[in-house]
Amino acid sequence: MTHKALSASLFDSDLLKQAVWEAFKKLTPQQQWKNPVMFVVYLGSLLTTCLWLQTLAGAGEESAGFILTITVWLWFTVLFANFAEAAAEGRSKAQAAFLRTAKRDIAAKKLDEPRYGSDYSKIAGSSLVKGDVVLIEAGDFVPGDGDVIEGVASVDESAITGESAPVIRESGGDFSSVTGGTRVLSDWLVVRISANPGETFLDRMISMVEGAKRQKTPNEIALTILLVALTLVFLMATVTLLPFSLYSVETSGSGHPISITVLVALLVCLIPTTIGGLLSAIGVAGIGRMMQKNVIATSGRAVEAAGDVDVLLLDKTGTITLGNRQAAAFIPAKGISEKQLADAAQLASLTDETPEGRSIVVLAKQKFGLRERDVQSLGATFIHFSAQTRMSGVNLQGRQIRKGAEDAIKQYVIEQGGRFPDQMQKMVVDVARRGSTPLVVADSKQALGVIELKDIVKGGIKERFIELRQMGIKTIMITGDNRLTAAAIAAEAGVDDFLAEATPEAKLALIRQHQADGRLVAMTGDGTNDAPALAQADVAVAMNSGTQAAKEAGNMVDLDSNPTKLIEIVETGKQMLMTRGALTTFSVANDVAKYFAIIPAAFATTYPALNVLNVMGLATPASAILSAVIFNALIIIALIPLALKGIKYQPLGAEKLLQNNLLVYGVGGLIVPFIGIKAIDLVLVTMNLV
Amino acid sequence: MNEAGFLQILIYLIALLVLSKPLGVYMARVYQDESIVANTWFAGLERGLYRLCGIQDKQDMRWQQYAGALLVFNLLGLLVVYALQTCQDWLPLNPQTLPAIAPDSALNTAISFATNTNWQGYAGEASMSYLTQMLGLTVQNFLSAASGMAVLVALIRGFSRRNTSSIGNFWVDMTRTTLYILLPLSLLLAIALVGQGVVQTFDRYATVKLQEPLTYSTPTVDAVGHAVLDAQGHPITQTQQSQEQTLALGPAASQIAIKQLGTNGGGFFNANSAHPYENPTPLSNFLEMLAILLIPAALCHTFGFLVGDSRQGWTLLAAMTLVFVALVFVTVSAEQHGNPALTSLGVDQASSIQQPGGNMEGKEARFGIVNSALWAVATTAASNGSVNAMHDSFTPIGGMIPMWLIQLGEVIFGGVGSGLYGMIVFALVAVFIAGLMIGRTPEYLGKKIEAFEMQMAAVIILIPPLLVLGGTALAVMTEAGKASILNPGAHGFSEVLYALSSAGNNNGSAFAGLSANVPFYNYLLGLAMLVSRYGLMIPVLAIAGSLAAKKHVPVGPGTLPTHTPLFAVLLIITVLMVGALTFVPALALGPIVEQLHMLAHP
Repeated sequence: MTHKALSASLFDSDLLKQAVWEAFKKLTPQQQWKNPVMFVVYLGSLLTTCLWLQTLAGAGEESAGFILTITVWLWFTVLFANFAEAAAEGRSKAQAAFLRTAKRDIAAKKLDEPRYGSDYSKIAGSSLVKGDVVLIEAGDFVPGDGDVIEGVASVDESAITGESAPVIRESGGDFSSVTGGTRVLSDWLVVRISANPGETFLDRMISMVEGAKRQKTPNEIALTILLVALTLVFLMATVTLLPFSLYSVETSGSGHPISITVLVALLVCLIPTTIGGLLSAIGVAGIGRMMQKNVIATSGRAVEAAGDVDVLLLDKTGTITLGNRQAAAFIPAKGISEKQLADAAQLASLTDETPEGRSIVVLAKQKFGLRERDVQSLGATFIHFSAQTRMSGVNLQGRQIRKGAEDAIKQYVIEQGGRFPDQMQKMVVDVARRGSTPLVVADSKQALGVIELKDIVKGGIKERFIELRQMGIKTIMITGDNRLTAAAIAAEAGVDDFLAEATPEAKLALIRQHQADGRLVAMTGDGTNDAPALAQADVAVAMNSGTQAAKEAGNMVDLDSNPTKLIEIVETGKQMLMTRGALTTFSVANDVAKYFAIIPAAFATTYPALNVLNVMGLATPASAILSAVIFNALIIIALIPLALKGIKYQPLGAEKLLQNNLLVYGVGGLIVPFIGIKAIDLVLVTMNLV
Repeated sequence: MNEAGFLQILIYLIALLVLSKPLGVYMARVYQDESIVANTWFAGLERGLYRLCGIQDKQDMRWQQYAGALLVFNLLGLLVVYALQTCQDWLPLNPQTLPAIAPDSALNTAISFATNTNWQGYAGEASMSYLTQMLGLTVQNFLSAASGMAVLVALIRGFSRRNTSSIGNFWVDMTRTTLYILLPLSLLLAIALVGQGVVQTFDRYATVKLQEPLTYSTPTVDAVGHAVLDAQGHPITQTQQSQEQTLALGPAASQIAIKQLGTNGGGFFNANSAHPYENPTPLSNFLEMLAILLIPAALCHTFGFLVGDSRQGWTLLAAMTLVFVALVFVTVSAEQHGNPALTSLGVDQASSIQQPGGNMEGKEARFGIVNSALWAVATTAASNGSVNAMHDSFTPIGGMIPMWLIQLGEVIFGGVGSGLYGMIVFALVAVFIAGLMIGRTPEYLGKKIEAFEMQMAAVIILIPPLLVLGGTALAVMTEAGKASILNPGAHGFSEVLYALSSAGNNNGSAFAGLSANVPFYNYLLGLAMLVSRYGLMIPVLAIAGSLAAKKHVPVGPGTLPTHTPLFAVLLIITVLMVGALTFVPALALGPIVEQLHMLAHP
């Protein structure tokens, strides 16, 4: 869905109609109060409406037509801001509606005992609670989030990810989680439910998407405070103009005091309505843009934090290099033939379903014609890889063949009473220096040799890292490889640093260390053993393919399970902050031109000399004030696309970036209203509206 | 402006910038508690004072404690000054047997000196005894200046410290500031001024015979001080003759030194630094002018030194200096240009060997256009407020610049301590917007700027405009306020606006032309001075406490550099935008329309 649904035009006509309707519905005081700047405009509009009614009653301060026009445009200003917010929310709502279709009421087969084959009772999926165990068979929908405790099955997750290719889910390992609303296509699964009703991943997604629980992010709050302060300053500046004007009229003996209508118009023009009106749209759109990238953020705070990340921890495999390393050579130890090594390596890899394991079997076949053997008939016991032992292998006919990282095998050989020859060490180093991964093979206490696994760095990744460096983000490659291999690949890929021979504990320690230095750390992870590090990281993106534990620990979920996406997430976070900053600057810079339009007009009768300040040569005092108000309203509409798309982020370094944005939005903000107000004034004059 | 004028400004700037660096570093070392030359002389005295007052000098305070100590101490100072004034008639050192001061005036003056404003509703030589001047006003000149510097140092500690709740010890900061910085500098300056002829004596006022009798006329006034008018509406006058004159004397030099150094500005005599016994020669004028900006400029370096990056201090100093220089040239050229109405009457206003030219009304012949305008800009850039010319008589634009400098919030150099902490708050706002524009939540000097800091910054930026605009509105709406305006019209409005700007930003200079020593203005301005001083100091200390508790974010390539010309420009824009957008409507009804009228009717 998401990619496709959202790449639709920004102003899809249905969404547009919906947003217009929403804009009117948001006119309640409760809604307006949430945005202090626009609330002032709202009150101003009410006030001028009353003044207009007063005019109709025959006691007006200005002509009824003038007050009415101002009033209408003030209401437009409020509506335009509402519309911006509604437009941003509309896109999210469409998505939520789509997600909700996945949340139909599913019947669940609740098992009496947590094992396959036990009796089950059929209950409603919505009544499942954490800890229940259910059976899901081919064709069934998954009734809730959970972990597979038994079975292997292919699952269609398109309802959540939009990806039509089915994925494999199995017990144990990193592919053990299932999400409610997805569908099992083949085989069966026994799943332990891990979320209570209303707290499932789908529920969280829907509530996030709808923005129902959207709270202001810390930075949004800080900016709102600044905007409120500016509003109060301008409120003071305009409110006091009334007594100042009364005094001036009294002492100069000419003209009449400034009218309330003009004061309200001046106030609305001066307060930062542009950013005030678009602020919440920017926030909603930020989360929306994450969603376009198929990333679900659990809070706006997480999106904002993404912009601040200083350190990126990236898994080597899948992010920096292509996932599968290929066995490229067998390098035997002294006294061992290459074929002997290949034979042992093949035996140790027969049940190793990892791409590396398979590539060893393939290489052995290519080089020496070693065929695959029937593992069952050999009476072999296979030792699976674990993160603690960091080796795998096979026990058969008294042989104990192991393959694994150098230090793990070395320790194993010594434990078995053998010796790890120095020459082996040199071979390992040579392989690692080439940036390949050395895999040492041992038979009991004898080290047989080294398998060279070649790592292939992804194309274009180096350029991304250069960009990141310009953004001021340090990249750290995380890998289970030894230091030499890691260093070679790190150099090839151009990362800033690496953590070799990484264990979950080492990852956690690394994150803590950077955080203690005051840095913000982002990482991706999918496995259960990533969960502590994900929980510790400031921005933690869990892969959707990953375990439930990982998804719980992270504050974002990437539905595409693409670790490279972290870079885009950071950019989106930055875009959101930059859009706020740029529009604030633009909004404030606009005020200069508005002063030049309104001040001479407001005091035209008391101090005609002030007409020198009418540098734009606006036709009449009424047209000047009206033009400023109209410009102020229209600029909100004009900037909605920018607020929703976000301003473009270029990795240029802080100083240059600031300079560019100051030029565009600061200087631009100074100049644009001069042109805009003059143009509107000309139009008003040509149309004889003033 | 001629070459000589240009050269004078240049020499002044060079002297200021050259002296600021060593003084700034010296002050940083004072606050770092390092052993310094002065330390060895005064160390015993310092320790003795702590023991005498029971000060636990090794114990640091949380910001609330620091603020509490500051408020209590300042309140006590205020009460002492009030008491000295209201009891001076039966206290010693009153050779002129001056009567006690009226309560409203005494309260206004007490607030004025405690808050480092030094607005003077009274005339010094006609109302204050020597004891009041010395023990009340001069002592407060030291203590109010030290209070401002203490708050600044506490704020700087907020940046330099991490993960702590303490921001220093108020009593230690006060003692060290007074003992090691203000006293030695004042002593040096006072001696130099005495050398130039500034009076320093306990003798009573001297009476001298005039060379020729003076005949003059005074307007007849009614009971409330209004001129009595005849049938045509002209004031009725009485002719008077005088044979002799009284020369006011007193211990002036010692007070003037700290009045300038501590950005206090309250004159010993009513004419302030235009008075020949306060400021007799061009050299004394130069020294006093230098003293106005010396400590505020030097504190920028102190800041840079204490946060461990001298470039940060240079950037703030550069921003201040740029605005200052630009506005000096506007004021000098406005004054040098003179009044076109006089040109049309055939008056030669050109500068020549014989005359300074330009608008010399209200200026001292010994200072001329450049030194009067330069002083006016310096004294309003800093929250000093002493004057050597009458700002009321400046051309409208020439007078608007000093007023606008005050309205900017006294951050272009500003008061000792208060100017820089105000500028740092503006830097926080600039950093906040700039940080957003580069896509990071903002940080300044390694500290994240978040909602709490923005909240406090908002309070700090809001209070002065609130006082200035609100107070002015109140004054022009009420009969009590309007009664004191002697020049109705745009100029009278400027006078009221200037008075409120001055009190609402703790400057203390006056546009004059407004009878401000009446209960209405004494109370209104008193309230403005109190709120603008402590209403700003407390949130500044709160920011200090909040920053000190934060951890330090290391600088990386993604960090917004705050030591570059671009940042200085951004800071200037922030200050000017806030100042301009807030006050342009009010200024348009005062000096701007006045200037336009002057140009339109030559």
